[in-house]
Amino acid sequence: MTVAAQAVGEYLADKASVATSSSTPHNVVIEARDLNVHYGSFHAVRGVNLAVERRKITAMIGPSGCGKSTVLRCFNRMNDLVQIARIDGQIYFQGQNIYAPEVDPVEVRRRIGMVFQKPNPFPKSIYENIAWGAKINGFKGNMDELVEHSLKRAALWDEVKDKLQQNALGLSGGQQQRLCIARTIAVQPEIILMDEPCSALDPIATLRIEDLMQELSEEYTIIIVTHNMQQAARVSDYTAFFMVDEGRTGHLVEYNETKQMFTKPADQRTEDYITGRFG
Amino acid sequence: MAKQDMAKKRTVNGMPQGADFKKSMEARKRRGFIWAILFQASMIVGIVALSALLYNVMNQSFGYVAIENSVEPETLAINGTPLEELSKEQLIPILEAHVSKGLMRRLEKDQPFAERSRDNVYELILERVVEPQTEASWSLVDSLLHRSEIMQEAQTDYPNAHLKFRSWLNASFVKNQQSSTPDLAGVRTAIFGSLWTILITLLFALPVGVGAAVYLEEYAADNMLNRLIKTNIDNLAGVPSIIYGMLGLAIFVRALEPLTSGALFGVVDDTTANGRTILSAGLTLGLLVLPLIIINAQEAIRAVPSSLREAGYGLGATKWQVIWSHVLGSALPGILTGNILAMSRAIGETAPLVVVGASAFVALDPNGPFSKFTTLPVQIYQWTARPQDQFRNIAAAAILVLLILLLTLNASAVLLRNRYSQKL
Repeated sequence: MTVAAQAVGEYLADKASVATSSSTPHNVVIEARDLNVHYGSFHAVRGVNLAVERRKITAMIGPSGCGKSTVLRCFNRMNDLVQIARIDGQIYFQGQNIYAPEVDPVEVRRRIGMVFQKPNPFPKSIYENIAWGAKINGFKGNMDELVEHSLKRAALWDEVKDKLQQNALGLSGGQQQRLCIARTIAVQPEIILMDEPCSALDPIATLRIEDLMQELSEEYTIIIVTHNMQQAARVSDYTAFFMVDEGRTGHLVEYNETKQMFTKPADQRTEDYITGRFG
Repeated sequence: MAKQDMAKKRTVNGMPQGADFKKSMEARKRRGFIWAILFQASMIVGIVALSALLYNVMNQSFGYVAIENSVEPETLAINGTPLEELSKEQLIPILEAHVSKGLMRRLEKDQPFAERSRDNVYELILERVVEPQTEASWSLVDSLLHRSEIMQEAQTDYPNAHLKFRSWLNASFVKNQQSSTPDLAGVRTAIFGSLWTILITLLFALPVGVGAAVYLEEYAADNMLNRLIKTNIDNLAGVPSIIYGMLGLAIFVRALEPLTSGALFGVVDDTTANGRTILSAGLTLGLLVLPLIIINAQEAIRAVPSSLREAGYGLGATKWQVIWSHVLGSALPGILTGNILAMSRAIGETAPLVVVGASAFVALDPNGPFSKFTTLPVQIYQWTARPQDQFRNIAAAAILVLLILLLTLNASAVLLRNRYSQKL
């Protein structure tokens, strides 16, 4: 991208934040503009414009294959790891297009962390799980304090403080997922992306993660993909509804405050989906 | 009425009912049982083949031997004191009296008698004066089942010989150096040669193989060229080992002679036979097992779940940090398993080493990568080619030594691997 194009991009970013109504975000931290994703010749996602409010929880819902996970993975350039993926459009993170050529995806991922669908702790000790991310990013402070702080922040400290040196794979599924959240917090990101973080967990573990998300949203921006509409309604401040068209290409149908979305959806398709008529 | 109809019906919606269902169930179970028998039979074939091999080796390694001494030790006793209790001062004159002056001078030159220990002189007398010769040997099975016949045969054919039950595999067989008489020959040089060669192989093939696997799996783009390379590595694993021997001869022995002979490093040794060194042999075997190591390491790396990689990347790790901390860590047990297989293959290889130039006779223990060498399988091969019966016995004993060495190395590698895997 040329300097001129970038200047235009920044101008547009300013304009976008000025021209917001009361129901759309006004303190934008990350914003996708005309995002298109192709997997080889398959057009997976088309024309997504989405501005995410700082320190709020934004939920992305929609039927299977609607591209919500794909969009989520664009926010921290995780799709770069898929060889056949091609991403067009821009994602502005604090005024900077993260797909600009001079941006290092490794730094993006440090600042925009991710929690995955299946808990995936490293097959190492609990302590090392937390410490590794900080260590590889050159953390210079007190590691013990960081581990304790991160585990407390993820509401896991009391359960594991006596067995920090034990293998993380010995924890229950819900504990493992909270460990993954603690691990993400430890590298001090600004945004946490969550890709269906509760789909592999039982209802009680799910509730604990949801409570945790509410707490974390005081400090972090959270974007969550979920299949569970009740979950989106329970935890999120904003909701984005995605759908697929005839060519199986995903697109954003409606994006609004969650309250608005679940009481007075503007689009008929949104209403059909959230009332359970399809999906 | 309806119920009776149901009972009469043989099928409901195409599904067999009642007796029919039971019948088909029995047929299905029978088929499974037949397959299980077949699988068991193939396992039994394997066990029988293995037992036959072991039987053969054991049969040759133990048994009665008829030993004839040139001079009976009893006649060497002084004033009723048997030979084995004589002092060094008493032993030296006995030796002088029975061997030529020339040999005495040579022995004195090798090591002055003043410096030799009493046991050394005693050994010399046994070797040079008593000169035990194995006139005949019998197999283990014969020795156990036809003891009286053997005794009779020995008495008529070899009246001066002693009949003795002998284990060809014994401490002195492991400790002795090579010799042209089977009674005195040992496998020490061959054991050292095998260990040195395998060490060079390991040092060369493990890092290169794992490195290539990491490149192919993690860095190489998925294009025609790289697919071609991967396919060819798979094919290389099936190339006959003698081809690798020719390759080793051309590259390491001939082309890289200054390097493999050690001349480049200032190693000048009369016993060094140009490029035919342990280094050449180890590198040749390294090439031979390289495809095996690469393929196994590739499999192990591929088996690392992508969720683990994503977790690493998601925390802002670079590609190398993810590979080093998570991919290699998780793949390590698999990589080591492949390595154990590769080393077992290398330690048993004969043909390429014969081509590369294993020495037929090595007088001194190999003491470094630039020494002449022979290895256990080469030694076994050479012994089996000799005409005398007794070489077959020591070849069988050497096979046992090779098997024990192989099992020991494998067992320690497996223990090491398991210990490491548990730590993960």
